[in-house]
Amino acid sequence: MEFSYEVEGGNFAKAGNAASGVKKVLKQLNVDPKVIKRIVVALYEGEVNVVAHAYKGKVLVDIDTSRIYIRIEDEGPGIPDIDLAMQVGYSTASAMVREMGFGAGMGLPNMKRNADAIEISSKVGEGTVVELTTKLTS
Amino acid sequence: MKVCDIIEKLNLKVIGGEEGLQNEVTGGYTSDLLSDVMGNVDEGQIWITLQTHRNVMAVASLKEVAAVIIVKDLEADENTISQSNDEGIPLLSSSMEAYELSGELYQLLKG
Repeated sequence: MEFSYEVEGGNFAKAGNAASGVKKVLKQLNVDPKVIKRIVVALYEGEVNVVAHAYKGKVLVDIDTSRIYIRIEDEGPGIPDIDLAMQVGYSTASAMVREMGFGAGMGLPNMKRNADAIEISSKVGEGTVVELTTKLTS
Repeated sequence: MKVCDIIEKLNLKVIGGEEGLQNEVTGGYTSDLLSDVMGNVDEGQIWITLQTHRNVMAVASLKEVAAVIIVKDLEADENTISQSNDEGIPLLSSSMEAYELSGELYQLLKG
């Protein structure tokens, strides 16, 4: 099963749409609620990253019987130093984003913690691709 | 203890999401960082915060919290209230500060 969502840069009102949609699908598939929570946390953080940092992005979701694969790709500034970005507390978010309670440097670490596998590739000035894979059966 | 019992005991105002007033409360979590809440709040807990924007309800819904309490009588945004109604997750408000309110809720749930 494959589907996709568009994510608009700067539009916080829509952040969480993909996570909410994926949650509904996984519930219908009777996936363990604990597994659903991890997936949804990782995806929500990914959406917020696109909204907070990029111009626009897309979330592609592919679900089969054993695993979920999520690809979050954006057109944006890219991440110059991925290791640094993975450090808890490191953030380049704007003051406005921080005031909303985002931009605490917890997004990528949260994503890593809540996925079985994470791949990040990024080109400065072009954009970032984050791929998350998680097993659906415990 | 149910959300409606806590509303009565802590003198909270209901701003939205009345459908969820019978939700069972298992504990609480106090934080204004959405990623922190995303990572650490548990299903069935009451989330205490000073944030008032709509993303609060997005996080509340994804994590299936029992209710959200906004502190210090801060006013929730219009679309925060409407999303609370859509999701059926109670959005409550208190005149207390987060410290005081967390303490009161802790006592109540421990007792």
